[in-house]
Amino acid sequence: MSNIPADLTFARSHEWVRRLSDGTMEIGISDHAQHALGDLVFVELPDIGRRLNAGEACAVVESVKAASDVYAPVAGTVMAVNDQLRHTPELINRDPYGGGWLLRLRAESPATDVGLLSAADYGALITEG
Amino acid sequence: MPFIPHTAEDVREMLAVIGAPSIESLFDEIPANLRTGSLSEVPAGLNEFEVMRLMQARARQDGSPLCFIGAGAYEHHIPAAVWSTVTRGEFYSAYTPYQAEASQGTLQSIYEYQTMLASLTGMEVSNASMYDGATALAEAVLMAVRANRRSKSARVLMPRNLHPHYRAVVAATVGNQGVQLEELPYERSVGHTAPHSLAPFEGQDITALVIAQPNFFGVFEEVDALTDLAHARGAFVIAVVNPISLAVLKPPGLWGQKGANIVVGEGQPLGCPLSSGGPYFGFMSTRMEHVRQMPGRLVGRTLDLDGRPGFTLTLQAREQHIRRAKATSNICTNQGLLMLAATLYLSLLGAEGLERVAALSMQRTEQLAGALTAIPGVRRVFVRPGFHEVALAFDRPLAPVLAALSQRGIEGGFDLSEHYPELGPSLLTCATETKSDEDIDTYARALADVLRAARAA
Repeated sequence: MSNIPADLTFARSHEWVRRLSDGTMEIGISDHAQHALGDLVFVELPDIGRRLNAGEACAVVESVKAASDVYAPVAGTVMAVNDQLRHTPELINRDPYGGGWLLRLRAESPATDVGLLSAADYGALITEG
Repeated sequence: MPFIPHTAEDVREMLAVIGAPSIESLFDEIPANLRTGSLSEVPAGLNEFEVMRLMQARARQDGSPLCFIGAGAYEHHIPAAVWSTVTRGEFYSAYTPYQAEASQGTLQSIYEYQTMLASLTGMEVSNASMYDGATALAEAVLMAVRANRRSKSARVLMPRNLHPHYRAVVAATVGNQGVQLEELPYERSVGHTAPHSLAPFEGQDITALVIAQPNFFGVFEEVDALTDLAHARGAFVIAVVNPISLAVLKPPGLWGQKGANIVVGEGQPLGCPLSSGGPYFGFMSTRMEHVRQMPGRLVGRTLDLDGRPGFTLTLQAREQHIRRAKATSNICTNQGLLMLAATLYLSLLGAEGLERVAALSMQRTEQLAGALTAIPGVRRVFVRPGFHEVALAFDRPLAPVLAALSQRGIEGGFDLSEHYPELGPSLLTCATETKSDEDIDTYARALADVLRAARAA
């Protein structure tokens, strides 16, 4: 059974979003997604300062069997990326909601996460899926 | 591996399972305006006997001339053991087999090849080979654009003394992918790309510089100075090299302070016959830091569950069959058979043997240049030294001279006038270790006769 923290919101494409106290949004991929990909071997992260549209491909997570795009769940500017992943991509497998975060965005407007799923709805989505 | 085609019954059953009325209907999603009509220009099929007759007749047209044409493909002696091994049933397939890990011997041969190529070019990693030298360069240009994150311009400098066919293939491949190719001139008297030719680009965003060593004229470039100048401007260096020459020249991994970023070239000189122009193979090697932007296949060595060493395809997730439209490149195979020939050739010659081939080829070319420039009306075009190829200027149009030599069973070289009209009537000629004193003498006497007759006419 997949771990789905109740305090996060989720995109249908399996990214999670955490609102941080400094107003930025932390983005990662869900436990379900890391499990489906298998052992991650490489992560490609965006340049800091890049402006992203909602739904734009902004990172690549590569496992031994697949390389998948990560899409920006909301529009915003990249404020930080998780540099630790460049040498230890397996952090995503080990701790997808903590040490395995990918990037932090400053959203264009505070309400841009409309359309994201609650933990309960995301849980229902991956159970159907 | 047996070849078992589908029977009509198989096809009917498969269509029924997926609910498609016909094979044709599987292509419905392709818009009608993008589909080709009838292939009326393609002739009807021939049976095996007819194909044999046709190909034998074509092979006879080639004859067996004494060949002094280099210009990108080179005649070297190939030890008989190379092709008798390549054509063994265990190896005789152009492809890496599906379920590649079931063919450990094939994967091991690719792994050995990669190790040799990386070592020869002085780089950290080589792919499993590509189609040919020109397409390998086109892929290297695209790779540099992806991998050089400091540069946003996608501008790539291509020297005019790079092989004209390579320049044409690169332009055709990258021209519609937003890459801007710019030509660098060469020095008229010496034939190389002078470091000061980069001066006009001072302060500009350049993605990569291509350096051919030796260049198309066979002349040596100042690779250290060019490499350092390119790196100082944030550009990648793509080296285009002759693999045999690397036995006596500094490998691109050691050019300048930091070495080239990507190395490519034509692999044909390593154990592949001229064979009327192909098939040949390309090679590509790079530094580990760029490996995820490198196209093509890679074989790695690993341990299985029981701790035994074994070979496996690695980094496949970047390839087209998995990553589809977002793949690094649409190349996801290699030129397996030719690559195997190269691996055997290099194994049989060893470092010392390869060095002797390179040194003897240079010596034979010097001897040839000496014999031909002793003839009135023939002189060297460039004063700079080079590798096993030399450009010679003539005092009259070349086409009739080459035709007359051809009638005497001698292919004298590559006419430069079409691609380099600024040089006037000029010939690029080459001698490798396959040319004896007698061969060179035969050529020189024939050329003297032909030129004497032309002057008398």
